[in-house]
Amino acid sequence: MNSDHHVILRVVSKALIPVIALFGFYVQFHGDFGPGGGFQAGVIMAVAIILYSLIFGIAAAMRAITPGFVRGLAALGFLLFAGVGVWALIQGGDYLDYDALLGEEPGGHHGQHLGIMLVELGVLFAVSGSLVSIFYAFAGRVSEIRDEDW
Amino acid sequence: MIDLIASLVPSSIAVHAPILLVLAPMILAPVAALMPNGRIAWLLSILATGTSLVMAIVLLSQVRSIDGGAIISYHIGGWAPPAGIEFRIDALNSMILLLITGIGFLASVFCWPSVVAEIREAKRAMFMAAFLICFMGLCGVASTGDAFNLFVFLELSSLATYVLVALGSSRDRRALPAAINYLLMGTIGASFFVVGVGFLYAVTGTLNMADLAVRLQDVGDNKAVLAGYAFILVGLGIKAAMFPLHQWLPNAYAYSPSFITMFLAATATKVAIYAMVRFLFTVFGLDFTFEGSSLIWILMPMGIAAMIACSFQAAFQTDVRRTLAYSSVAQVGYMLLGISLATTAGVSAGLFHMLNHALMKGALFMAIAGIVLTYKGTSLNDFRGLGRSAPWTMTAFAIAALSLIGVPLTAGFQSKYALVDALFESGWSWAVAVVMFSSLLAVVYMGRILEAAFFRAPINPNKKHKEAPLVILIPLWILALANIWVGVQGGFVSGLANDAAASLFIGGAR
Repeated sequence: MNSDHHVILRVVSKALIPVIALFGFYVQFHGDFGPGGGFQAGVIMAVAIILYSLIFGIAAAMRAITPGFVRGLAALGFLLFAGVGVWALIQGGDYLDYDALLGEEPGGHHGQHLGIMLVELGVLFAVSGSLVSIFYAFAGRVSEIRDEDW
Repeated sequence: MIDLIASLVPSSIAVHAPILLVLAPMILAPVAALMPNGRIAWLLSILATGTSLVMAIVLLSQVRSIDGGAIISYHIGGWAPPAGIEFRIDALNSMILLLITGIGFLASVFCWPSVVAEIREAKRAMFMAAFLICFMGLCGVASTGDAFNLFVFLELSSLATYVLVALGSSRDRRALPAAINYLLMGTIGASFFVVGVGFLYAVTGTLNMADLAVRLQDVGDNKAVLAGYAFILVGLGIKAAMFPLHQWLPNAYAYSPSFITMFLAATATKVAIYAMVRFLFTVFGLDFTFEGSSLIWILMPMGIAAMIACSFQAAFQTDVRRTLAYSSVAQVGYMLLGISLATTAGVSAGLFHMLNHALMKGALFMAIAGIVLTYKGTSLNDFRGLGRSAPWTMTAFAIAALSLIGVPLTAGFQSKYALVDALFESGWSWAVAVVMFSSLLAVVYMGRILEAAFFRAPINPNKKHKEAPLVILIPLWILALANIWVGVQGGFVSGLANDAAASLFIGGAR
């Protein structure tokens, strides 16, 4: 057991990571009413994964959440955001016109609510996906010159 | 032709043309990134750029439907400007959009063999996605009417460009320092631009460019506006490779994948010049006293310095791609010289030269992509005897080269003639001599390449007779013939430039 000196880190982070993720969701869904939203929540969610890989190793993190998955998540988030706009176009409104989403009477605000929810969700996916991808790209980089060659 | 294509598009789609033009690559880029196979991503990129091209044609026909040029305003999210983001298309926008989408379409058609040869298989889908994002950013810059939105699109395209340049590293490792250098310079340029926009926002409280133009007239003499003006001019100057801010360009063009060189050379700096013209003429307006003097004391000397210094540098390069890259900076000088005249004829000549330069540099770099594909090397020595071993590719190259020099019956002659005409009209006859001298230098540096290709024996006489594949040759010849078409019958293209310039001068604060 040569990694025993990390035991405190591991125990503490095991307790913290779920809380960080939960806080991420809080910031995400609180974004409708107050400060917060998809970008901040996405960063917090990515932080949970990055902390995990710092403590338990990049290989374990990549097994749990694969690089392909995060890349797909980023692209999907982008598509979700743009897709809301296209939906508004199809419903006969201008691009990203939330009022047109549900085809409501003037004065109805459900479309606005739904639109911002979906868009923020897209931002969450895109931001957390891209941040983790960037982290994986740097952390998982194999050096081109082997250490012995120096 | 234009109205025919435009009439085929249903009106329910045509009203959304400004956003669809940007949306097609925006949506297909992540889809392409998710594709397991680069070939599907390539087909998606053709679909995206093709859709954008059709939308650009629709917009052009809408703008031309009214005498003097209509202004199409599209409100994103249904929020009316100046609070909301607006896409605003006038004659200048529709001209530059046609340029980007036309070149983008041809580039994405021809690119596949070149991508296969230069990009590793696992990265091809992501590569095409990055190209689409770059394309989307450039289209966005050319359509938006919001100063901050313009910054966002400019950065989107630039970030994708850095990635694309760096991916040239599988062919030549020097692509990596070139990309980092470009990244640093480009980021400085973008930061300067956004600081400038910040100053303007602090003074006027608006980001909409048309609204800015109106409010800046009431502000009068204000130090913050002057500082904002300087920041924006320098920031966009870096992006446009205005001499002496062009140091990032030669390496970025020389070492990036051949297809990206072709696309960037024909579009990226042009879009930055468009943004500069938009800010100089529309946002600040010609009455802005600082601007009148800055045009004469900054843009004109820089343009002339670029025309001479960079043409000399081009003449001393041993790599064909670097020669053409320095020549690009020199050609930016011609455009700036035309714009700095601040007359309708001058700006129109500058814009006309911009369109023609896209045609010639597009053809030249496309031919080089074909040569890189079949014969690998791009040094002057590698080009020896290519006129005999790859006649179709090199003939198209030669046509574009003659156009770059400005030989009669080619596009380059028409726009240089227009520029000389405008210079005489403003009484700058000494500048005509500079244009002539710079054209002579172009004869020297392009002549070296043509001489090597057509009059020297190949280094290796056993070199096989090998031509680029048809998927490269057809777009290449379309561009090469376009050079001749504009040279013989330049009415359509010079008309685009004239309308665009006229819209700047009558437009003003509209």
